[in-house]
Amino acid sequence: MTDSDAFALSCPVPAGDGEIVQLAHGGGGRAMARLIDRIIRPAFADRELERRHDGAALDIAGPVAFTTDSYVVQPLIFPGGDIGSLAVNGTVNDLAMCGARPLYLSVGFILEEGLPIDLLRRVVGSMRAAATVAGVRLVTGDTKVVDRGKADGMFVSTAGIGRIVTATPVEPASVVPGDVVILSGDIGRHGIAVMAAREGFGFETSIESDCAPLADSVLALIEAGIMPHCLRDLTRGGLASAAVEIAETAGCAIALDEASILVCEEVTAACELLGLDPLHVANEGRFVAFVAPEDAEPAVAILRRHPVTAAAAIVGEVRSGPQGQVSCRGPFGVARAIDMLSGEQLPRIC
Amino acid sequence: MKYRDEYRDPEAARRLADAIARTVTRPWTLMEVCGGQTHAIVRFGLDELLPKTVSLVHGPGCPVCVTPIEYVDKAIEIALSPGVIFCSFGDMLRVPGTSGDLLSAKSRGADIRIVYSPLDALAVGRAEPLREVVFFAVGFETTAPANAMAAYRAKRDGVGNFSMLVSHVLVPPAMRSILEAPDNRIQGFLAAGHVCTVMGYQEYEPIARKHRVPIVVTGFEPVDILEGVYLCVRQLETGGAEVENQYSRSVRRDGNRPAQQLMREVFRVIPRRWRGIGDIAESGLGLGEAYREFDAESRFGPVRAGSAEAGECISGLVLRGERKPLECPAFGVRCTPEHPLGVTMVSSEGACAAYYRYRGAGAGAGAGG
Repeated sequence: MTDSDAFALSCPVPAGDGEIVQLAHGGGGRAMARLIDRIIRPAFADRELERRHDGAALDIAGPVAFTTDSYVVQPLIFPGGDIGSLAVNGTVNDLAMCGARPLYLSVGFILEEGLPIDLLRRVVGSMRAAATVAGVRLVTGDTKVVDRGKADGMFVSTAGIGRIVTATPVEPASVVPGDVVILSGDIGRHGIAVMAAREGFGFETSIESDCAPLADSVLALIEAGIMPHCLRDLTRGGLASAAVEIAETAGCAIALDEASILVCEEVTAACELLGLDPLHVANEGRFVAFVAPEDAEPAVAILRRHPVTAAAAIVGEVRSGPQGQVSCRGPFGVARAIDMLSGEQLPRIC
Repeated sequence: MKYRDEYRDPEAARRLADAIARTVTRPWTLMEVCGGQTHAIVRFGLDELLPKTVSLVHGPGCPVCVTPIEYVDKAIEIALSPGVIFCSFGDMLRVPGTSGDLLSAKSRGADIRIVYSPLDALAVGRAEPLREVVFFAVGFETTAPANAMAAYRAKRDGVGNFSMLVSHVLVPPAMRSILEAPDNRIQGFLAAGHVCTVMGYQEYEPIARKHRVPIVVTGFEPVDILEGVYLCVRQLETGGAEVENQYSRSVRRDGNRPAQQLMREVFRVIPRRWRGIGDIAESGLGLGEAYREFDAESRFGPVRAGSAEAGECISGLVLRGERKPLECPAFGVRCTPEHPLGVTMVSSEGACAAYYRYRGAGAGAGAGG
């Protein structure tokens, strides 16, 4: 946040464009060139962007991971982040979950006519800040403007490339019975923070989104010689959806232990009030790692040295069956079935 | 978390489960009235902590489940009317009507907004004076005071574009109806703590006396429910038929008087059809004469009865406590929360949804599991 504020001061609104985004900003003419030159290109200050070409020319040796994601969160700014930091961290984290070191990102902006330029500047600034923290370069991009009422302020799409640094594939199919499930921190902060910030929601909390880059923690594991069998960041659908997807793909069962899954007091209270299960609530800075039993304790110790994974803990194990099933042992020792969220999902949280 | 953790304490739960096991000498069938209690029982596996001879049967206390299908159809019709903003609790959006649900009406262009309080719907009415804003007022006595407050304020402040489609139901008539059924097997009730927070429990005393059943006003946390079961079986074993209050941290005998007064001011008691159960005399609330102008039925035409349910669904039997969700051959196979045959699979308080969510799709008879 500090970085983006500092950046905002150094980048004045283009003179003559007014305070809001206009259709001409996406028209391919002078107005668009000015918007990009004055707001977007300086923010990312990358030599590839300075070439002003149709794409970036990159030199990457070895196997790469390639991923893409789109962001439509409402509100655009929420406690703990905004659509810009979300768009960078989300794609950085997807690369990290592939066992890759994130290197390059692209960004596509779809701006709605009438969007305050100040807001765009803030979002671009926090993208720059997030990219700096994550050590990725933003090397190519695109801007479009659509009519008022067609894009809820702005949509952001990012794609990313990273160099794969693991010797074996880090994917659900690599999960085997006996693997230990490590959760990188407490859950539910992003979903509750965004819900609480949304217009019309009736209570206030001090919960901030957990939106954060996870690549450093993951790379620390790999550099220490721990090869996770699978990594998965917990986004929409929460821990429950991630576990079910992996159990189904791996053809295994996953047994979680509710007592070891951290949920902070405020998230717990909000979930109680709204009738939500924290296991289903979204996160943007948490992941699960599936590791061999002998790697579990060392992996937790390494993760705990990093601020974003300081509360990492073992939360469960992989069993041979029943295939595709996830269960969670409750406080009375009775296990309940865990499924993906059914029915009403709160809209637009990422 | 205060007021929660102490009621989920494994040691306290074990002590109560042991006390129940020591008390019970023969089989007993109890009904927990409220869907919130059903969910806690299934989620925490409380039924598995009880002796096999104590059977918990799930009651009709899911307001979404018992809202008649014709009201859902009317809600969809109103929501699709030009210029209308239709406000509802999120739970109602996936409830199947005769064809489709409110969510599908939303995707067809209806302006449907999820609210967490009826007063939020009233605020939409104030903010959009040129649109008709309709709130779907469903629920038991628990939600009735807040819904009454919305109508009261709309009248007081002259919010003329606000109205409510009302399908309120009352618990005691439903309990009487269950007890009076010829094949009734319920021997004791865990009454719904939050309903009693509003209404108190005086009105349950004649039911306990007449039908010779113990009624224990019970909370929603695991320790509450186990204590409710304990108090109930203790009465049954000793021939008691009293109203007891387990949920004393929230419930007083005469309830919340100002809330009751507001309900009396705004609503009147009317006969009501319960989805899956049928007509029950004096079991519902409708807007009183003084609030008629805020009744959506007087603006958009009356609800017409006669819509049909999906043939295979046994939700009526589930709501009456005659069958359990896992006894349904369609459970988890042809009936899931994504493709529900009946409303008990949809609502967050529905019994079928509780089993699906906490026991899994494969737990049903139809899945052979």
